[in-house]
Amino acid sequence: MRLRRPGAAVPGPDVADPARGIELRGVGHRYGDRVVLADVQLTLTEARIGVVGANGSGKSTFARLLNGLVVPSEGRVLVDGLDTRTQVRAVRRRVGFVFQDPDAQIVHPTVAEDVAYGLENQGVPADERTERVAEVLARHGLAGHADHPAHLLSGGQKQLLAIAGVLVMRPARIVFDEPTTLLDLVNARRVGELIAGLAQQVVVVTHQLDLLDGFDRVLVVDRGRVVTDAAPGPAVAAYRRLMADR
Amino acid sequence: MTLALHVPRDSAVHRLPAGVKLLALAVLAVVLFVLPTPLAAGAALAGVLVVGLLAARLPIAVLAGQARAVRWWLLGLLVVHALTTDVVTAVHVALRLLALVLAAAVVTATTRVSEMVAVVERLCAPLRLVGVRPARVGLVVTMALRFIPLLTDRADRIREAQAARGGPARGLRGLRTTVAPLLVQVLQMAHDVSEALDARGADDVPPPRRRRSPALETR
Repeated sequence: MRLRRPGAAVPGPDVADPARGIELRGVGHRYGDRVVLADVQLTLTEARIGVVGANGSGKSTFARLLNGLVVPSEGRVLVDGLDTRTQVRAVRRRVGFVFQDPDAQIVHPTVAEDVAYGLENQGVPADERTERVAEVLARHGLAGHADHPAHLLSGGQKQLLAIAGVLVMRPARIVFDEPTTLLDLVNARRVGELIAGLAQQVVVVTHQLDLLDGFDRVLVVDRGRVVTDAAPGPAVAAYRRLMADR
Repeated sequence: MTLALHVPRDSAVHRLPAGVKLLALAVLAVVLFVLPTPLAAGAALAGVLVVGLLAARLPIAVLAGQARAVRWWLLGLLVVHALTTDVVTAVHVALRLLALVLAAAVVTATTRVSEMVAVVERLCAPLRLVGVRPARVGLVVTMALRFIPLLTDRADRIREAQAARGGPARGLRGLRTTVAPLLVQVLQMAHDVSEALDARGADDVPPPRRRRSPALETR
């Protein structure tokens, strides 16, 4: 099922340079008069990047900027050199997005059909779709659930399904927006291990600080600004101090 | 709530194209109304059971569940017709409805949603001439099937939360107090789902700058 809005903006030339990573150049964003992000200037090339911050600090908006779900009010976001404003289709093929609530992400009634959804949008032929869906379901312990109704899965299985639906599209980078918030300890650990084992560049927005163990870089977002940008140890310490002062 | 969805089996009925099965269902419905005899309705019901249980090898629970879901309708029809016409007509009407419900259940259980949606898209293809996108119609059908149980679940949670705080869980008052919070949740979910559809490549145009109201955006 390929969907194209009549008169849709034609994507710009797809001349990606993976070495450039994700660049945020003077990025700011506001909803109405409310500024949620301001003056963000970053280049993200590390394999594992964490984002922490209080509720309402702007970190989910930050995450949504990275694959063009939100276009910045000011500045530019470039993924592999592609602008999220003008080349959003190419950007989204490169940057997968896993949401906090898998129920909002799962759009098909059964497991296998939902995993295949993104591939259908990409125009992947049916045979290859079937093969890739089976492979990703097997890899994440969902092979036995291929024809099960998605709404009957457990919370952990739903989050695995949501992740499988992204992984099957083979993006080079994946953004996770609080992927373990709704999960129990066992499932949160499973998702954490899954993220740790991914070959892709990963950006994880989280409140679960132990998820950041082994990460290369952690950003602390506060009141719309990146106030700390450091290795996990110092960044988490800075975040704890910030929260203790509230 | 469990919708009667695809029950995977390796059978000739499963392998039949979705369009053929839907056409057969439509033909059966017409035939049942053209041949208004209890015998025809009984024969159709027996045929549906043979196809469903023997040819498609569906578990009896699948068909029994569907029959259970309409039992009060059947009983109501039976009683009303028995009182207003005669018993033979009442039995005929009930058998006819039961045959159609079970036939629809057999089609649903032996056909993947994606196959069904593909048929819907093919049927909608001529509507392209008036600007309708068949793929979008198919997506609407798919998402309706996906979100009906989810919304039922959300409504149950709201009722439970209200009951836990002494609110009315049942009846008209319970329904009234459930509707407003459910509507708010549905709107929030619709926003989240639209983002997920964007993220998974459903549409490739850049989102508008102001996608959400400040009230919704607290992240």
